[in-house]
Amino acid sequence: MIDTTRRGLLMGTAAAASFGALPLSQARAQAGTAIKIGVLNDQSGLYRDLSGPGSTACVRQAIADLGQLGFNVEVIQADHQNKPDVGSNIVRQWLDRDGVDLVIDVPTSSVALAVAGIVREKNKVYINSTGASSDLTGSQCSPNTVHWTYDTWMLANGTGGAMVRAGGDTWFFITADYAFGHALERDTTNFIRANGGRVLGSVRTPFPGTTDFSSFLVQAQASRAKVIGLANAGGDTINCIKQAAEFGITRRGVRLAGLLVFITDVHALGLQAAQGLALTESFYWDLNDRTRALTTRVRPSMPANAPPTMAQAGCYAGALHYLKAVKDMGVAAAKADGAAVVARMKAMPTNDDAFGEGVIRPDGRKIHPVYLFEVKKPEESRGAWDYYKVLQTVPADQAFRPLNEGGCSLVRS
Amino acid sequence: MDEIFGIPAPLLFGQLLLGLINGAFYAMLSLGLAVIFGLLNIINFTHGSQFMMGAFVAWMLLAWAGLGYWWALLLAPLIVGATGVIIERLMISRLYKLDHLYGLLLTFGIGLMIEGVFRNEFGSSGLPYRIPNELQGAWDLGFMFMPVYRGWVVVFALACCLATWLVIEKTRLGAYLRAATENAALVQAFGVNVPRMITLTYGAGVALAALAGVLAAPIYSVNPQMGTNLIIIVFAVVVIGGMGSILGSVITGFGLGIVEGMTKVFWPEASSTVIFVIMAIVLLTRPAGLFGRA
Repeated sequence: MIDTTRRGLLMGTAAAASFGALPLSQARAQAGTAIKIGVLNDQSGLYRDLSGPGSTACVRQAIADLGQLGFNVEVIQADHQNKPDVGSNIVRQWLDRDGVDLVIDVPTSSVALAVAGIVREKNKVYINSTGASSDLTGSQCSPNTVHWTYDTWMLANGTGGAMVRAGGDTWFFITADYAFGHALERDTTNFIRANGGRVLGSVRTPFPGTTDFSSFLVQAQASRAKVIGLANAGGDTINCIKQAAEFGITRRGVRLAGLLVFITDVHALGLQAAQGLALTESFYWDLNDRTRALTTRVRPSMPANAPPTMAQAGCYAGALHYLKAVKDMGVAAAKADGAAVVARMKAMPTNDDAFGEGVIRPDGRKIHPVYLFEVKKPEESRGAWDYYKVLQTVPADQAFRPLNEGGCSLVRS
Repeated sequence: MDEIFGIPAPLLFGQLLLGLINGAFYAMLSLGLAVIFGLLNIINFTHGSQFMMGAFVAWMLLAWAGLGYWWALLLAPLIVGATGVIIERLMISRLYKLDHLYGLLLTFGIGLMIEGVFRNEFGSSGLPYRIPNELQGAWDLGFMFMPVYRGWVVVFALACCLATWLVIEKTRLGAYLRAATENAALVQAFGVNVPRMITLTYGAGVALAALAGVLAAPIYSVNPQMGTNLIIIVFAVVVIGGMGSILGSVITGFGLGIVEGMTKVFWPEASSTVIFVIMAIVLLTRPAGLFGRA
C-alpha cells in the first residue's frame, strides 16, 4: 500500500530490524500439517490495526468456517515492518525452508510488489488483500497473484468519480510526497477531468514526518476548491481530517475526499471530527446480513473486539476461496503447482460472507461491488463502530479498471 | 490584494501565525530537553515517548476516570513526571559518571519500550480526543480563520516557557540548580541535596514534555508514534539553539516554527528538511549553537 520508511533514527532502525523478522506465532488447525498459510503484514507500525493480527484471525475464521476439509491447515504470521527487504527475506525463508504454500495480506505497495516476484519465482500462491498498487494486476501481474480487496484505480474511481458527479467539480490535493500518493493523485485527477471537473492545485507534503497539516489546509482553502482530496493514508489522513475540522473548513461547505480511509481511521478520529467524510471501501461490517454474520463470528478473536476492516475481510475471503480450490484439486497437486491453484481459483466463482458472489479475472483482479460511504453524524450513530451509511454502490463490472487497460501480459487483447 | 513574493499577503500572515503555533510545541519540548541536558548532562531520548504518554494519560483520564481536559493539564504532567522520577532513580542516576553516549542509549531504549507497550495495548491508529468545550470555535481574523484552541496553545506555551525561565534565572532554587551545573561537589558541600535536586529536575523536564502532550492531544492524532515524529525536529531545535541553553531553545523553537511554516508555502516538499539544513549550517559556523557557550 505505502512505501513507509520508519523514522530516520539509525539506531532505531537497527534495533527494530533485529526484532520483527521472526514469525510471531503459530497455530495448528489440526494436528499434522498439509497446507501452510503465511500471513505477512505490519504487526508493529502504522498499519497494524487495519491489517496486523486481525488479518490472521480472519484467516483462521475462514478455516473454521470450512469445517472438515479432509486435510490440515497451519497458519503462521510475520511482521514485514513495511520494508521490502525485510518482507522479501521472510517470504524466501517461508517458501524455501518452511513449506509455506500461500502468502496472504501484505500491505505497503513496495513490499507487495517485491513479494509478488518471489512467489512467482517459487511457483506458490499469493493473495494480496491490503496492498494498493494497481500494478499488481497491471504491468507487474503474475499467474501466481490474486489481488483481492481494492486498488488505487478503484479508490480513485469510487471517491473521485462519485464526488465530481455529486457537484464537487473543483479540487485541491494534499498529497503524500512519495510513489503511492503521486499515483493516487494522478489516477484521481484522470477521473475528475473525465467527469468534467478541474484540479485547481496541489501540495506535496513530506512523508513521513509531517504532523501539522494546518498550513496545507489553509492553502487548500485559499484555492476556493469545493473538494480537498487527501492522497495520503493512515496517520496523515487522520491528522488532515482532525485539523480540517478544527479550522472549520468542513463546516463551511468544503468537502474532504479521503482517497484511502479504513474504518479504523474513522474510529481513531471519532465521529465528531470525521462526520460527512466520503470514502470508498469494498467491505463494511454492517452492510448486510452476511457481513454481520461474519463479523459476529470473527469478532471474539479480533484485537480489541473490533469488527474486521476491508483489508482483513479480504484475508478471510481470499483464504476461504483458496482452500476451496485446494480441496477441489487435491492437496498434493495444490502444493506442487501454485499457478495451477490460481488458475483453478479463477475458474471457480467466489462466494463468501464478506464480498458476496464474485469472480477473479485472468489478470488476477478479484471483482466485486464497491461502495461509496459517508461517515455518519454523531447523532445518527446507534453505537460503537456504527459509522457508515451507503451513498452509492458501484456495480462490480464498473468498480475496477477494465481488463484490457492494465497492460497485463496475461491478458490477450 | 497585496502580494509578497507572489503569495497573497493574507495567506502569508496566516502561515506566519501557524508557524508560530507549531513553534510553541517545539519550544515546550526543547525547553524540557534543555533543562535536562543543562543539569544532568543526559540527552533524554525518552522525551518523545514522554510527550506521547502525556497525550495518552489525558485520554485515559477522560475515558476511565471521566476527568476532562483541565484536569489532564494538571494531572498528566504530575503522573508522567512521577514515572520520570522513577526512571531517573532506578536507571539514569547510575550513568552520570559515564560518557554521554550511555545515557543516550539508555533513554533511547526506554523510549522504544514505552512506545512498544502503548502500541500493544492501544493499537497503532490512535484514539480520539476532543477540544474542550470552552476552547471550541474560531476567530475570524480577516486574513484567516484562527481556531480558539490554537491561540490558547501559543499563550499557554509562552507562559510555561516564561515561568520556567523565571524559576531558573530569578529564584534561589534556580540559583542552586545553575550552581550545581557548574560544580556539583561544591554545592553539595554547602548542604544542598544535589542528587534529589537532579531527580526533581528530570521529573520537571519530563512533566514539561507531558504538558506539551496534553496540549497536542486535541489537534494531533493520539497514537504511540506521535512523539517519535516530533522528537527528531526538537533535537535539531536544541542543537541549533545551543545544548542546555534555555532561552536559546525557546527562541529557536518559535523561530524555526516560523521558518518551517514559510517553507510550507514556498517549497512544501522541503518543509521537513529545512530545519536540518539550518542545523547543518549552524553547526558549521557556530558549533556551540546560536545561544550556546563555546
